Amino acid sequence: MQDAKNRKEAQRYAELVARLAPKSEMGQGMARAFLVGGLICVLGQMLTDFFSMRMRFGAQSAATATSICLIFLSALLTGLGLYDRIGKFAGAGSIVPITGFANSVVAPAMEFRREGLVMGVGAKMFSLAGPVLVYGIGSSIIVGLIAFALEVIG
Amino acid sequence: MSRRLGKQTVALAGGPGVLGWASVAGRKEHDGPYGDKFDRVIADEMDGQDSFEAAERHMLESAVRLCLLKTGKKTEDVQLFLSGDLLNQIISAGFAARALGIPFYGLYGACSTMSESLSLGGMLADGGFADLIVCATCSHFCTAERQYRAPLELGNQRTPTQQWTVTGAGAVLLGAGAAAARAKAALTHATCGRVLDLGVTDANNMGAAMAPAAADTLAAHFHDTDRSFEDYDLVVTGDLGRHGRDLLIELLKEKGVFVREEKLFDCGCEIFSARQDTHAGGSGCGCSASMLCAHLLPEVCAGHLQRILFMATGALLSPTSSMQGESIPGVAHAVAIEHRQGEENA
Repeated sequence: MQDAKNRKEAQRYAELVARLAPKSEMGQGMARAFLVGGLICVLGQMLTDFFSMRMRFGAQSAATATSICLIFLSALLTGLGLYDRIGKFAGAGSIVPITGFANSVVAPAMEFRREGLVMGVGAKMFSLAGPVLVYGIGSSIIVGLIAFALEVIG
Repeated sequence: MSRRLGKQTVALAGGPGVLGWASVAGRKEHDGPYGDKFDRVIADEMDGQDSFEAAERHMLESAVRLCLLKTGKKTEDVQLFLSGDLLNQIISAGFAARALGIPFYGLYGACSTMSESLSLGGMLADGGFADLIVCATCSHFCTAERQYRAPLELGNQRTPTQQWTVTGAGAVLLGAGAAAARAKAALTHATCGRVLDLGVTDANNMGAAMAPAAADTLAAHFHDTDRSFEDYDLVVTGDLGRHGRDLLIELLKEKGVFVREEKLFDCGCEIFSARQDTHAGGSGCGCSASMLCAHLLPEVCAGHLQRILFMATGALLSPTSSMQGESIPGVAHAVAIEHRQGEENA
């Protein structure tokens, strides 16, 4: 009885909170994310073109070199304290590309430097990126096994 | 003689005096509308220390030392130090107490710590258990972000209901007996809040989590003391922020409390200006503490405010409880502070 009353009160309050809460500006956020995310991709394409056409890397090497450059750039901007400002403006636009992944590794590494190189930087570096690695690699293993099984059967 | 009024309130008949206060704040707070009023502004977020945590406790310690300096007291004169903060195991308060050497009771009330310490300090002074008590608390944006949220350099966006943890500290010296007679402000009532939880689980919406507790404590205080908004020049809340303040007004109306909105002063809404882009406003123990010591107490002592109710609000969550999906309990404690003439030669 008490439980039901509490649930009802909580539900009523949740409605009040939702009614009075300031809303995120979705349109503006999406436009900014598109713009910045797109620019990062354009930069990536330019780098890929540079490596494959000018430097005559193979397609795979050019892609790897592009990733390395973008990761370096993101780490540098994070270290200089600029990437969080880009992220504040762009939201998902700067989180989704590989630069966002690099940022999520470098930011905790910097933050926990004071706790030492082992238990600070070492242990905390992947506190944000870790789940992505666990489930990314985990799911790729499963997909790989399925592909392998299909090949054996087929 | 019972000093209790109603269920939650005590009357501090002896009127423990507010003998002194001091505030410390960060650069961003200094850039806010009350920036000129802080006693000390730290040069940067490290405050000359080698970690953010060390900077936070240094702010707390320096607020206490400044408070004593301004009142001409020494740390040896003070019998009790009541303090707490937001960090795990309240290290800022414990470490500051180590440096100060004053007998120490550690408190945890999250952002309600300033009014919690004043309530307890007021009762201890009024009960004759101590003549000089320092009540203090602090918070630091960088330490709170690291403990509760994300690394500083992470490029994420803040939600519209999110608040900005204030980098600041406040310390109040309370006195009883002969010393209290000279004071220009006194504590008259303390209302202890119940912990309430209406099921808010969004750790980025502390205002909504704390508003029910604030409404409950305020209604209890008005009921117990037979007072209303009319009896106060200001009803001060700690760090509900803009969203939480709106919710408090709604909840009070539902309870049938007549609200005078112009008298509802939320430190979180006031400490930063809109252009400082803090979203819903300021938060943290240091928010209400620094505003109390920089703006409110001087106004009460000068007589510009005759009587205020100071009610700091706290969200009693931890990163663990949040990650386990628990909702956020809130609490609010209130102390009534009155202007006194103060006998010059007492």
